[in-house]
Amino acid sequence: MDKLAEAFVIALKMIFSGDPVVMEITLRTLAVSASSTVIACILFTPLGCLLHFARFPGRGFVIGFIQTLYSMPTVFAGLLIFLLLSRAGPLGELGLLFTTKAMVIAEVFLVAPVILGLVISALKGVAGEAAETVRALGAGSLQTGGVVLLEARFAILSAFLMGFGRAISEVGAAMMVGGNIAGRTRTLTTAISLGIGKGEVAESIALGLILMILALLISLLVHITGMRKS
Amino acid sequence: MFSWLRFAGLALCLALLLPGCGEQPAPVPETPAADSTALEQPEGFPPRERVERLLIATTTSLYDTGLWAYMEPMFEDQYGVELDILYAGTGKAMEWGMRGDVDVVVVHDRAREETFIADGYGLSRTPFAYNFFVIVGPPEDPAGIRDMEPQDAFIALSQNATIPFISRGDESGTHAQEQRLWAAAGLDYETIRTSGDWYVEAAAGMGPTLNMANEMRGYALADIATFLAYQGDVDLEIIIGSGDAMRNVYAVIPLSTARNTDMAQNMVTFLTSPETQELIGSYGVVEWGQQLFTPCAGQDL
Repeated sequence: MDKLAEAFVIALKMIFSGDPVVMEITLRTLAVSASSTVIACILFTPLGCLLHFARFPGRGFVIGFIQTLYSMPTVFAGLLIFLLLSRAGPLGELGLLFTTKAMVIAEVFLVAPVILGLVISALKGVAGEAAETVRALGAGSLQTGGVVLLEARFAILSAFLMGFGRAISEVGAAMMVGGNIAGRTRTLTTAISLGIGKGEVAESIALGLILMILALLISLLVHITGMRKS
Repeated sequence: MFSWLRFAGLALCLALLLPGCGEQPAPVPETPAADSTALEQPEGFPPRERVERLLIATTTSLYDTGLWAYMEPMFEDQYGVELDILYAGTGKAMEWGMRGDVDVVVVHDRAREETFIADGYGLSRTPFAYNFFVIVGPPEDPAGIRDMEPQDAFIALSQNATIPFISRGDESGTHAQEQRLWAAAGLDYETIRTSGDWYVEAAAGMGPTLNMANEMRGYALADIATFLAYQGDVDLEIIIGSGDAMRNVYAVIPLSTARNTDMAQNMVTFLTSPETQELIGSYGVVEWGQQLFTPCAGQDL
């Protein structure tokens, strides 16, 4: 018990003294997670809108499939991206394996279904009553679409934050395609995993606390955007 | 049906949502500080970026002792390259090597290393340091194997079959050594593996395996360096110490598929140079009170 308390004290010291390694790892984690979330937002929000507004055969199946991908194990996603980017793989020429770019690619892959699925749910959430009302007032398709999007904007924003939460807490894929190289591809989660392997408890707790604080901030943001909606 | 107007609605949707993305931190895909470190250049020349990377996969036992973190800046300064160090068990390191994902591997399993070279993946095998494997266990030595010959101890453990033995079970060099010891004891590894609950496969690195042995009050085969680093955290001690059969030799292998074979060869030169050899020999004395590795460049081990 003493050891545990001691580890927490060392952890807090590391955080508040601005330990350069801890700071560097934290910044890299934020950069990788934010990049992958932004890319996934730009690529997949329009696709989510398309899937919501468009009508085509098999639409229900596609949406169901996307929701299945929510629970895609991250190590498996990591393995697929690893095989893709490995020098013996189809994109090996790019030399992306064991770089932060590879980690961003893997995380876009993991965040995309979350954003797609939640954007569709967000639009669906307002589509019913609001869309009916607007249409009853004589609005055309364009105006109806606009109103639905406007109504859903906070729910969509919280979808982005959920995606960011998935990216920042991800460990399996980050480890496989990033390789956890010190000063280059090490993030909070992979550093924690190494720290546990090396028996460096205090350092792991420090990094874990930072990750928890970041996750808490994200869920607060999700909560606040949810409040503004209602 | 999907109409024109709905398309326009989608365009609107993008415009509306982009500011939402902007609230998050700006994308900074690459932040490695080392990339911007310029090399020393004669005056009047623009600073040259340190862009070349040498990827090395090293066994976890060398990584966890901190030896690589210690040697990394020396190599980088001497050869003007960014050294990126990946750690993995011998099996995984070689797998990366076969796929061409790393340029150099540092491993510890002579038989597999020789096959690796014969198959054309590695260019040469150069031993540069060794230490010893040890059998560790609870201080009270429940199986009564203290100071036995390793293979006799393994026979005793398998006959006892109640005290846990925690195997790495991860195709690492330590795991290979364990399999050699079972063979030396005249026992079939596959039979032992499946002979009961006492034989536990951790499928993990050395550290987690030692933690598991500690929790289960069992025995494990470990490299001495990792065990010394862990000694304070686990209630285990060395039950069977060094002997020639327990020698653990680390060798460096530049790969035939290396992006820059000259740079990969530089790693061999670096590790076997008298300065580095001396450094390896004195590493760990301050922190653990004893030498962790014995330098052995030029010896056939």
